[in-house]
Amino acid sequence: MTDVTSLNAPHAVTTRRLDGPSGAKPKRAISPRNVFIYGTLLLVSVYYLLPLYVMIVTSLKGMPEIRLGNIFAPPVEVTFEPWVKAWATACTGLNCDGLSRGFWNSVQITVPSVILSIAIASVNGYALANWRFKGADVFFTILIFGAFIPYQVMLYPIVILLRELGIYGTLWGLILVHTIFGMPILTLLFRNYFTSVPEELFKAARVDGAGFWGIYFKIMLPMSLPIFVVAMIIQITGVWNDFLFGVVYTKPDVYPMTVQLNNIVNSVQGVKEYNVNMAATIITGLVPLIVYFVSGKLFVRGIAAGAVKG
Amino acid sequence: MTTTSTAAASQRPIRLFRNKAAKIAAIPMILTALVVFMGGTIWTIVFSFTKSRLLPRADFIGLDQYERLWSSSKWMIAIENLIIFGLCSLVFSLVIGFVLAALLDQKIRFENTFRTIMLYPFALSFIVTGLVWQWILNPDFGIQHVVRSAGWESFSFDPLNNQAIVIYGILIAGLWQGTGLIMCLMLAGLRGIDEDIWKAARVDGIPAWKTYIFIVIPMMRPVFVTTLVIIASGIVRLYDLVVAQTSGGPGIASEVPAKYVYDAMFLSQNLGQGFAGSTMMLLAVLIVLIPWAYMEFGGRQRD
Repeated sequence: MTDVTSLNAPHAVTTRRLDGPSGAKPKRAISPRNVFIYGTLLLVSVYYLLPLYVMIVTSLKGMPEIRLGNIFAPPVEVTFEPWVKAWATACTGLNCDGLSRGFWNSVQITVPSVILSIAIASVNGYALANWRFKGADVFFTILIFGAFIPYQVMLYPIVILLRELGIYGTLWGLILVHTIFGMPILTLLFRNYFTSVPEELFKAARVDGAGFWGIYFKIMLPMSLPIFVVAMIIQITGVWNDFLFGVVYTKPDVYPMTVQLNNIVNSVQGVKEYNVNMAATIITGLVPLIVYFVSGKLFVRGIAAGAVKG
Repeated sequence: MTTTSTAAASQRPIRLFRNKAAKIAAIPMILTALVVFMGGTIWTIVFSFTKSRLLPRADFIGLDQYERLWSSSKWMIAIENLIIFGLCSLVFSLVIGFVLAALLDQKIRFENTFRTIMLYPFALSFIVTGLVWQWILNPDFGIQHVVRSAGWESFSFDPLNNQAIVIYGILIAGLWQGTGLIMCLMLAGLRGIDEDIWKAARVDGIPAWKTYIFIVIPMMRPVFVTTLVIIASGIVRLYDLVVAQTSGGPGIASEVPAKYVYDAMFLSQNLGQGFAGSTMMLLAVLIVLIPWAYMEFGGRQRD
């Protein structure tokens, strides 16, 4: 359904509109129609790329140049000082050790969150798809409904829960929260995928005496590596980009990167250093951007799988 | 480990232990669904009827918190902003998303490049989005400054410091971040439409725009509904973007419900107000969600 590869249709009919029953029209590179389509798309692309461009350009300028010039002009004198400062010495409140602290916190939060949530969600999805038990659908429905409940409703009960478990304000508390809130979408993703695996395979393995875990590790897991990658993409970008949970469930010295970034840029004290702010902003956006550009089509597939098929 | 298979092979054991491994594997899901999602929601609703301030206390005072909520000007502004932002972002992202998808669906070259460019903002966090747009909309350096120094001295475009239009400044950033996703969903929907329909429309001499409006869009109804639900549930959550761009300012002009709830719970030690506010947010989501779920389930049963 979400076949993105239909680009290479056998005989590339350039137009879908047919002005009369005249058969295939001769291909013309510059027709008013093409000018309109490509023109619009180029204009739109400029709009989408502009903020990224402004971010990069600003981060490479010195402050005097920013005060004099305009934000769209390329830097006259390229300097990497703002990047160094953003990474190592930018201040948030009392700490002046830059974004690096937030970066490592985010790494320590993201890695376990991704592993844990995918491990749990894939087994859940597998159980739901291949080992259905009575009542499973009820829990699954509640879980999916839960994905739509505004987080604000569950913020405080989870504070209490984490406090009872003794992990409120720690990295592990936040990891648990990400695992919980990643579960609906990931479980849905894995359930849908495992449902589409031919049942004969499953049955054959059962006849051969393989059990729940045997089939999972020996058949399902090796077959479904792409979907694991998709799940990783969803979860890495989701966890890395989170702000609300970070600010609610952690304390200043374990703040994730997004929270720290916001504190650096929106702090009221001191002179505003826009170049440092923009460098910090790019650095924070770098991880999801790299994931996005490297993963390409799989990223789109993750979106489509999570949204359209649901 | 292999209990299930051997048990299933030998004889039927008592019901609870049948399929034991699957049930054990589902425990995290069951706990999340029951304890966190259901339990947490019910807990918040119950405590929204109490006098809780610094700590939750089971001291019931009926609908007092809700009365206070709806007479608070901050909450009213938050609701108004949410409605403006919600309606605009719904309309604009559906229209823009669909038009872009239709353009990309014309068997054009560089389709992947265009799609990559339009979707990349979606990979960025709201904080990053908000900070970039805060910079671009900065009156002293950004768009306003550039246009003014190009000669148009009286040009004024400073949404983030103007109480009347601040929410539109946030909307610009929100649309930049989210339309790529909508475009992708729409494109997937368009690709799901049978090529024969286009051929038939062509044979009948129906112009392309008419085919889109009268044939393709009605056929894409499920996609539109799903997209609508996704956008709507995103709108209610609007929080990070506001914090990054304006922190609710100037004054309280760009407050949103999610921020009201957070501030009440964690900054002003007014838990009861936070619970009441979040319960109202839940209500808003349910109003969208229940008809949708009803339609979905209706569809499933017909299959």
